[in-house]
Amino acid sequence: MVVWNKLKITVHTAETENYLYKNSFDVEGGNFNNAGAISTQVKSILKNIGLPNNVIRKAAIACYESEINIVSYARQGVINLIVTPKTVEFDIADEGPGIPDIELAMEQGYSTADRQIREMGFGAGMGLYNIKCSSDIFNLTSEVDKGTFLKIIINIP
Amino acid sequence: MNVETIIKELNLKVRSASDKLNNNVTGGYTGDLLSDVIANSHEGDIWITRQVHQNIVAVASLKEHAGIILTNSCEPTGETLEKANQEKIPVMISDLPAFELTGKIYNLLVK
Repeated sequence: MVVWNKLKITVHTAETENYLYKNSFDVEGGNFNNAGAISTQVKSILKNIGLPNNVIRKAAIACYESEINIVSYARQGVINLIVTPKTVEFDIADEGPGIPDIELAMEQGYSTADRQIREMGFGAGMGLYNIKCSSDIFNLTSEVDKGTFLKIIINIP
Repeated sequence: MNVETIIKELNLKVRSASDKLNNNVTGGYTGDLLSDVIANSHEGDIWITRQVHQNIVAVASLKEHAGIILTNSCEPTGETLEKANQEKIPVMISDLPAFELTGKIYNLLVK
């Protein structure tokens, strides 16, 4: 069950009751100065836990792209990380414009990024696709003018 | 091969983290789209790019690149250098365009 209310997310599943690590990271929309810092921190946490390199690689890609999406498009957001013996899970919520057409947003090359974001090398329309490719479970839901919720699960072999 | 060898062979200018030039280089990646670099580059790569802003440091740090080389004599911004020194990522400059620089580094690495 996921309760999503003003960025307060509570996730209860049988698997996540038995977690190895759990933390929540706030992301400020529009601030590119620290964009990517949370993902670097998450990668370091997963390394310290001793997860396999391939799991760390996928989690770092998924976390980075999610972080950049919040910075690029939302007012604020939160990245919740839960590591269980079998999974790395991210519950990511933002307050922002939302995504009117998720199917279109998932297409490689489609982006609503403005010129400034594109000039920095972001907004290539690869982010959501990269996240999906790095995930075993990818569930994106959104409400226009409210925000977007993304659940990502990466299995640990 | 380490970063210092590539600097000497290709006459690069070092702009940050000059104490980290012994980083081992195991491969390379050329690209200006950050999502492409995040998805497809590897730890130990030397990253060749035209982007000069501070977010390249976060990408290189996350991917554990050996260093970043800016092409066409492009200079990094002040924020980029500050971040690169904090994160200990060597940022270097080449006067070559990306195509030539990539070819030269490829040849050095496959020798």
